[in-house]
Amino acid sequence: MTVDQLIGAGVLAATLRLATPILLAALGGVVSERAGVVNIALEGCMLVGAFFGVVAADQSHSVVVALVAAMAVGAGLAAIHAVAAIHLRSDQIVSGMALNILALGLTSYLDYQFYGTTGTPSDLAGVPDIEIAPLAAVLFIGDVIAHQNAIVWAGLALVVLIQVFLFRTVPGLRLRAVGEHPRAAETVGIAVRQTRYWAVIASGMLAALGGAYLSLSVAHSFTDGMTGGRGFIGLAAMIFGRWTPVGALVASLIFGYGTALSFSLQGASIGDVRVPVQLLSTLPYVLTILAVAGFVGRSRPPAADGIPYETEGHA
Amino acid sequence: MIDPRPERARTAGATAVGTERVPLLQMHGIRKRFGDLQALDGVDLVVNEGEIHALVGENGAGKTTLMNVLYGLYRPDSGTIRYRGRDVRISGPRDAIALGIGMIHQHFMLVSPLTVAENVVLGDERGGPVLDDRAIEKRVRELEERFAIAVEPGARVEDIPLGLQQRVEILKVLYRGSDLLIFDEPTAVLTPQEVDELFAIVRTLRDEGKTLILITHKLREVMAVTDRVTVLRGGRNAGELVTKQTTPAAIARAMVGREMKQLKARTTPPRTEVILDVRGLEALSDRGSPALRGIDFEIRSGEILGIAGVGGNGQSELAQCLLGLRKVAAGTIRIGGIDISRDDPKRTRARGVAYVPEDRRIEGLVLAFTVADDFILGKQDRPPYAMNGVLDPAAILKAGGRLAVEYDVRPPNPRAIVANLSGGNQQKVVLGRELSERPKLIVVSQPTRGLDIAATEYVHERLLEQRGQGAAILLVSSELDEIRALSDRIAVMFEGRIVAVLDAASATEERLGLLMAGHTEAAA
Repeated sequence: MTVDQLIGAGVLAATLRLATPILLAALGGVVSERAGVVNIALEGCMLVGAFFGVVAADQSHSVVVALVAAMAVGAGLAAIHAVAAIHLRSDQIVSGMALNILALGLTSYLDYQFYGTTGTPSDLAGVPDIEIAPLAAVLFIGDVIAHQNAIVWAGLALVVLIQVFLFRTVPGLRLRAVGEHPRAAETVGIAVRQTRYWAVIASGMLAALGGAYLSLSVAHSFTDGMTGGRGFIGLAAMIFGRWTPVGALVASLIFGYGTALSFSLQGASIGDVRVPVQLLSTLPYVLTILAVAGFVGRSRPPAADGIPYETEGHA
Repeated sequence: MIDPRPERARTAGATAVGTERVPLLQMHGIRKRFGDLQALDGVDLVVNEGEIHALVGENGAGKTTLMNVLYGLYRPDSGTIRYRGRDVRISGPRDAIALGIGMIHQHFMLVSPLTVAENVVLGDERGGPVLDDRAIEKRVRELEERFAIAVEPGARVEDIPLGLQQRVEILKVLYRGSDLLIFDEPTAVLTPQEVDELFAIVRTLRDEGKTLILITHKLREVMAVTDRVTVLRGGRNAGELVTKQTTPAAIARAMVGREMKQLKARTTPPRTEVILDVRGLEALSDRGSPALRGIDFEIRSGEILGIAGVGGNGQSELAQCLLGLRKVAAGTIRIGGIDISRDDPKRTRARGVAYVPEDRRIEGLVLAFTVADDFILGKQDRPPYAMNGVLDPAAILKAGGRLAVEYDVRPPNPRAIVANLSGGNQQKVVLGRELSERPKLIVVSQPTRGLDIAATEYVHERLLEQRGQGAAILLVSSELDEIRALSDRIAVMFEGRIVAVLDAASATEERLGLLMAGHTEAAA
């Protein structure tokens, strides 16, 4: 085992790549739960984003169209969740899980209908990397960030944007108020349901972008269930990061690093002992369990998170 | 607080009472139905500009519903609202705010992780989409100065006491330029001193030309601060009175529709036998911080010890420790000499401890159960209710029917679902279960919260009856009147300690209030 395998530029670049889809799902979770709606359908939103991104790329040969389509479908799936959770006041976990199953079945079925057994076309328009020429020559840093994908950069930009939005703008203040104490928000004239709808739809778009990243930036193809639970890990990253975008970034990087390590340490050994890579690759999941079980310090969700809001009746 | 307003402004408010001017607010024939409940059945309310108007009535009389209609939170089924002489439609809080109507809710409508200033401006932030903390704090400071209401604009709401949180609510309403301020049960969570401060603020606001509606069921407050009174009973008007020309007894008669009973005086003194002996009791709160910091007291047979204190000073935790519901960190709890501090609730109950919990709907009852099933909860594993682990429904139903009659549950149907009973009848089910087996110690927490006057009287009589039979009773209540009426001695809790134990005779409201606020020396 070498230092390079642990913290080399290759490992760190991979960390960023692997963290991005988790980060995008986590950001979706932050936006939705800060407004008071638990959206575990993020996994499904990622999956439809991945699939319909590929379909749109295949049909239009345009990356922009592909990404817009992916996010639109993600928004659509999230909108179903929003209707169930906000309008019909159904159990948000049940609704989210149902949509995840729907997304899995739907993409699997349509994948077979569209592409049969041959798989998705090999000449898909992919999301390009952004080459930062001046940095490329810089030792180490250049190797880490000079050739990252456009969506990786978009994810990092979104962290800043959403952090500022939530904590430094008036709409962000209102969104947080809706997630903490919807009745208080309503009594000062804030439209609670409308705010929640937009938040849930935005969360679906963010997750779908993460899904499109997997299919259009990394794999350049679609395979059944290719999101592999990254939407759920994103939710864990959200909790780990205490419902803040910056926290979610840190958590996503930790999870990403865990996976990157399990790749880079393939076949490595310490003295005569082989590093148990299989065990190491469970690291993100172990961290997830710890995060969800609350072992990472006091991490308090928004007070009204997951609770349907009743407008009228017996208060 | 000194009234800073000139004489002219103060008398302006007073002369508005009873004049021929167009009233500020005229609500007429308001009806509102929730499912089977006709909450408002054609209610009228007329409020003149510049007066403090009391809206009184028992729980369920429709006071809060009427105000929620006025504030646009509920849409009335029928009826008209005239404001400043014009017909208005109020279909949401936004409309109410635009008219100049503001509401200080009973359960504060504050977002606790946000700052005081953010809460004040929320929904009406002014000045672009970027949140400028400094600018909004400055605006809140200006309001503080103008109305002489002190808060800390930069503090987080969750870090400030309830009395201050209420001021934040008031500032929120003033910030929106309201002329008509509705206070919903504003004194429920305040110490007597905080109540005085609130009333000073209320009078200042009136003298500033504001009109105030005070929803309350505390007659002392009505007499102390209001100009006129509207009484509601069962969703209808039951009287309109001028405060100066009426008496508390007359208002109470209108509220209840009959004369109020006088509580029978406690005739027998407590006996000598000590039932409960607590020494050095310590326990942690749910958050892991110390909730009880060394509690010592005892209760004798036939004695009621009242626990007074502002909510959250360890009263709930104390009750839970006595029942074995909360882990005791240190100290002993002896019942008849035997330490039960490590026992679970089942063993504790077997020692003769009964519990009437703070929230009957959550801790006291399984709402989805029938009256009979809730009656035998906790006894379900022994005869006659069960034999060899199999329930005997006939025996349960029979016992349920008997208890329902004995404890005046209406209707006296053991098959009725508890969720469908009124609060008073639900509480009777709890009492029936807890008191029917001659307990030695009864831990009672907020026994009349949310009950109407008749049900409150019933609960009090039952507790005094138990006292007469020799039970030791620990009574936790936020209603000082209740504590003073029932207790032989009164212990005041502050920050997890008992700061004083007073004889009921020497426990004036003022002394209790000072002790509850932590002013131990001043109250001595």
